[in-house]
Amino acid sequence: MANSVIYAMYDDDQTLIKAAKDLVAKGVRVKDCYSPFPIHGIDPIIGIKRTRLGIVSFMFGLGGLSLALLGTWYFMIHDWPMNIGGKPNFAYHFNVPSFVPILFEFTVFCAAHGMAFTYLIRNRTLPGMPAVNPDPRTTDDKFVLEIDSQENYSMSAEDLMEAVKGTEVFELNHKQY
Amino acid sequence: MEFSVTNRGRIISLLMMAIGVISLILGYMYQEHDQFWANLLINGLFFTFISLGALFFIALQYATEAAWSMMVRRIYEAVSRFLPYGIGLLLVVFIGASLHMNHIYHWMDPAATHEYVLESSLGSGHPHFVDTLEEGAAVNEEYDSIIAGKSAFLNLPFWWIRNIIYFGIFLFFMNYFRKQSLREDKEGGINIHMTNYRRGALFLVFFAVFSSTLSWDWVMSIDTHWFSTMFGWYTFSGMWVTSMIVSLILVLYLKSKGLLPNVNDSHVHDMGKWVFATSFLWTYLWFSQFMLIWYSDIPEEVTYFQSRFETYGVPMFTMMFINFALPMLVLMSRDAKRNVRLLITISTIIFFGHWFDVYLMVIPGVMFEHWAGIHPTEIGMMIGFLGLFILVTLRALASARLVPENSPYLEESIQHSI
Repeated sequence: MANSVIYAMYDDDQTLIKAAKDLVAKGVRVKDCYSPFPIHGIDPIIGIKRTRLGIVSFMFGLGGLSLALLGTWYFMIHDWPMNIGGKPNFAYHFNVPSFVPILFEFTVFCAAHGMAFTYLIRNRTLPGMPAVNPDPRTTDDKFVLEIDSQENYSMSAEDLMEAVKGTEVFELNHKQY
Repeated sequence: MEFSVTNRGRIISLLMMAIGVISLILGYMYQEHDQFWANLLINGLFFTFISLGALFFIALQYATEAAWSMMVRRIYEAVSRFLPYGIGLLLVVFIGASLHMNHIYHWMDPAATHEYVLESSLGSGHPHFVDTLEEGAAVNEEYDSIIAGKSAFLNLPFWWIRNIIYFGIFLFFMNYFRKQSLREDKEGGINIHMTNYRRGALFLVFFAVFSSTLSWDWVMSIDTHWFSTMFGWYTFSGMWVTSMIVSLILVLYLKSKGLLPNVNDSHVHDMGKWVFATSFLWTYLWFSQFMLIWYSDIPEEVTYFQSRFETYGVPMFTMMFINFALPMLVLMSRDAKRNVRLLITISTIIFFGHWFDVYLMVIPGVMFEHWAGIHPTEIGMMIGFLGLFILVTLRALASARLVPENSPYLEESIQHSI
């Protein structure tokens, strides 16, 4: 069977939430949802797993911290010992308080940038990438639920269409691939 | 939902108070005289700070029109109800200090601020100090030019005027917010909410100034020679984090009794976030103050940390590390902030950690290098005041409904989900 995708468009986020609940209750598996803004509480309804962005951020932060530790040690202690303000400069642990600001800043820098780029790459929304949303109106005032027939192999395409039509759908698109 | 103090709660807090009374008597007998007074001050400061932090948080929630916290507003109100008792304890110490019954505040000693002394009165118990070289006067050996230079601000009349203003304004706002909150239960509507919004902002203006000046007056002036522009913020962040800890523990306790059915995981998560964030703020300010002083190495600033390193080094860094690393590493993840057992464990540990923080603010300036570790009666006294705090707070909780009715944000708070 050819793969087909149903795009059900709604004109309000609350309607979409209601429709998603409806569909899930009927056993339909909703693949994704497109909306101009984050819809509160939609993730658990359509069964999207919790984001692992936090873990990524922690890893990037840890990486930044290690890099900054290495850098401060190499630049300020090892390669060319710096004497600033008469502070002892022959051992890292004597000097570590003066490095804490840069350690902190670099940790935050790496965590934030790493997280942002991971997010953009993962969502394929880096500048210049082709848009993945099915309809440009989802960036304005419309909300779309995406239902993939491959994920709903126990239901025929007609059953799926029937189920979607039972909700307060604004516009319905059925695409064959 | 109504809450009433259980017999078990009452007995436990009374037992703690009994331990406190025994320790108070034993402490008076066996502790160093000034250490005993300093302990009254430590507990007075610590528990006053908790209720002050809660009062600040109520005002903050009103001023920012935060909706999520409506469900737990009564808990903050109950914590702020300890304020009169804390102030009472502080007053005991302050009156004692002003009458020279203790020497916690070095600058209160008239010998430090007057350049000359009448020779005829030198041998007596109360030497007569004068400011000018008049007839019969000699140079005062104990004159301290640094303290004398600060006497425009640090003098008893002005200090008492400031204290009365702090106490008056804090007590007024505590009662005012409570009354408004209870009135809202009866009347409803949004008028009270809008008034609270403005009064909350007004209180924050007072608090912004007073949280700094009271930390100078009550805590920083113990180390009279020293000054730090960060100290106000540091003290403030300490009071904030402790009040967040206490209210979180109270909410979890009430929830475990099934008394707050509408407080969901998201509320607990948010309160956990507050503990996490303010712990970080506290560490940030502790370290900023330390690093600036360490880096510049100016004699009049660095004495503070030097004396602390020499006698109090290990306990101080242990306290600092625990108060920072525990909430930072354990409470970082989302799941941890929704795990009741973890929250209670961490909160309880850093609660005592922050008591010790206040301890280290006060004791080194009083005992200097004569400190011989924590006396058992000091812990007993803390337990006693903690018992009083628990009893007062639970009673305050029992005196009103646990959830404010008719608040315009109540429904939004019930729906709160993150």
